[in-house]
Amino acid sequence: MRFQLTEDQVALRAGVREMLTRRFGPQALRAAVEESGRLDRALWRELGAAGFFALRLPEARGGVGLGLPEAVLAFEEAGRALLPGPLVATHLAAGAVPGAATGETVVTAVGNGLVEWLAQADVVRGDGGAAGAVPLRSVDPLTPLHRVPTGMGVPSVAVLLTAAEQLGSATRACELAVQHARAREQFGRPIGAFQAVQHLCAEMLVRTETARAAVYAAAVTADPADIDTARLLADEAAVRGARDCLQVHGGMGFTWEFEVHLHLKRAWVRTHRVGPATESEENLAAELLADPA
Amino acid sequence: MDLTYTPEEEEFRARLRDWLAKALPTLPPKPSPDDWPGRRAYDLGWQRMLHDAGYGEVHWDASPTTRLIFLEETEKAGAPYVGACFVGLLHAGPTIAAEGTAEQRERWLPPILRGDEVWCQGFSEPDAGSDLAALRTRARRDGDHYVVTGSKIWTSHAEVADWCELLVRTDPDAPKHRGISWLAMPMDAPGITVRPLKTLAGSAEFAEMFLDEVRVPVANRVGDENDGWRVTMVTLSFERGTAFVGEVVACRRALRELAVEARRNGRWDDPALRRRLGRLNAEFRALWRLTQWNVSEAEQTGGVPGVGGSVFKLRYSHARQELYDAAADVLGPQSLDLDRPWVLDRLSSLSYTIAAGTSQIQRNIVAERILGLPKGR
Repeated sequence: MRFQLTEDQVALRAGVREMLTRRFGPQALRAAVEESGRLDRALWRELGAAGFFALRLPEARGGVGLGLPEAVLAFEEAGRALLPGPLVATHLAAGAVPGAATGETVVTAVGNGLVEWLAQADVVRGDGGAAGAVPLRSVDPLTPLHRVPTGMGVPSVAVLLTAAEQLGSATRACELAVQHARAREQFGRPIGAFQAVQHLCAEMLVRTETARAAVYAAAVTADPADIDTARLLADEAAVRGARDCLQVHGGMGFTWEFEVHLHLKRAWVRTHRVGPATESEENLAAELLADPA
Repeated sequence: MDLTYTPEEEEFRARLRDWLAKALPTLPPKPSPDDWPGRRAYDLGWQRMLHDAGYGEVHWDASPTTRLIFLEETEKAGAPYVGACFVGLLHAGPTIAAEGTAEQRERWLPPILRGDEVWCQGFSEPDAGSDLAALRTRARRDGDHYVVTGSKIWTSHAEVADWCELLVRTDPDAPKHRGISWLAMPMDAPGITVRPLKTLAGSAEFAEMFLDEVRVPVANRVGDENDGWRVTMVTLSFERGTAFVGEVVACRRALRELAVEARRNGRWDDPALRRRLGRLNAEFRALWRLTQWNVSEAEQTGGVPGVGGSVFKLRYSHARQELYDAAADVLGPQSLDLDRPWVLDRLSSLSYTIAAGTSQIQRNIVAERILGLPKGR
């Protein structure tokens, strides 16, 4: 058993992070918020060229030929960077929808009563497409949303990749909180020297690292119960992590300018993307009564 | 990232399973919790069986993954827990192995491994709990002996121990971490009074220990004089490694039994209760994955448990309390009956966020040592 990242996986993660820092840094993030609703098609094609969408497609079919663990690491980085767009749907469409793998085609999918990025997508997957879709004023400035009358089941890989994004977001929120707690001084010392603040940060790390083990394990096994576990833990780590990060930042945390609200809002969007949490809880409850493997 | 075991590891697992299937039926009946001499004999007897079958040193010389398999399989098979051998096998023994002289290792380690001697731990004091380094039990040098006076608390198995790993202050003038020494105190030395303490679960799991001019040979000091704090830290980091593997396996089994009971008594029809159990399933599945992650990390770093130990303990101790609170929810009014399953476990679980470093101290450790936040007050 070697349940740690391999050297190749460490390199892949570093590569994706480097690319996203270069192409979607703080400036680009702010610009994306200003131009809310516009998808950067050039960036999308660059992601395609880098293999983001074709990561799991076999080499024989023009893909990168890697597995779920690598995809999870890439999506973790996307979540960390708050990269906008229907990333999961396009990734899942690679090989099935022409142009998805290369990033020429933007693909979205009907999910749990919602469709993300409908107006910008070239292709909508899901029964009945987006018939009767009504735009709503999305809480997340970086995820335009439409309401649809009927929901669709979400493939388990989509659940896992969404959990990976949540994990990246949770990791980032913890880092931001710690950075701020080290630098911000009140009462003549960094606020991170106060246990009340230290313990908020410690709990953020505990939630993140427990979720990490769950998400990575699900990437290795692709087992449905592991995926439901990953989803519940990652949702919790991302939503509560963003909340605590906001709290550590005080008044700054409540501003439009500081990025933490984007993490919180996107984390909320992701919790609804993959169906109700109660469904995962029910699945895991039923699993308790199943014969142990 | 790989969760499969090597052929050698699988072979170890298969051999262990075979042996457990044969060995467990030969165990004597379990002694009652109040029968201390009986518990001592039972726990030592089990260690002797492990030793004779070649598993006596599994906590020490096996790779972290092999240790994980050992703890997983013994728990699944319903084998006894280390019990009275805990301090010897998981605290004092590893400390002596790492820091003792050849002579000390020869004297103390074989009886621990053979299941001949029981050790207890004399660390905490009435005025030195979370702030362990503030301990005041004084050891005055008198020729080739230390003369020890003071009191210790929360000492498990003190009534039946042969030896005590004792932290004493040998230099009262030095900064608090620099005046401590580690001694092996024979429990039959004159001047030791043991007073059992009753836990809130009604059992006598630990004791207070009063030391009045107890003479301990200088030769029983492990490590240099006044270097005991560093020596002790070796022990504590060992404890936070694979220490909870068996317990996570046990919790996952308890959770399954709880679901079966809920279905039997009709509580399963309550969706809120079902989802609560589902969430606990996620919790313990994740904790098992975190264990595998930490063990693999220890494997990579050559057996040294990483910082993951504190993260794990924080999450686990809380989850275990949640588990038994959920059990009370399943049982309803029956949860007030001490003869029902899980009711005593619920009481015992209250110690998990306190023992071996309170959750508050663990959060300080995570904040300062892992996250690098400034030292707080």
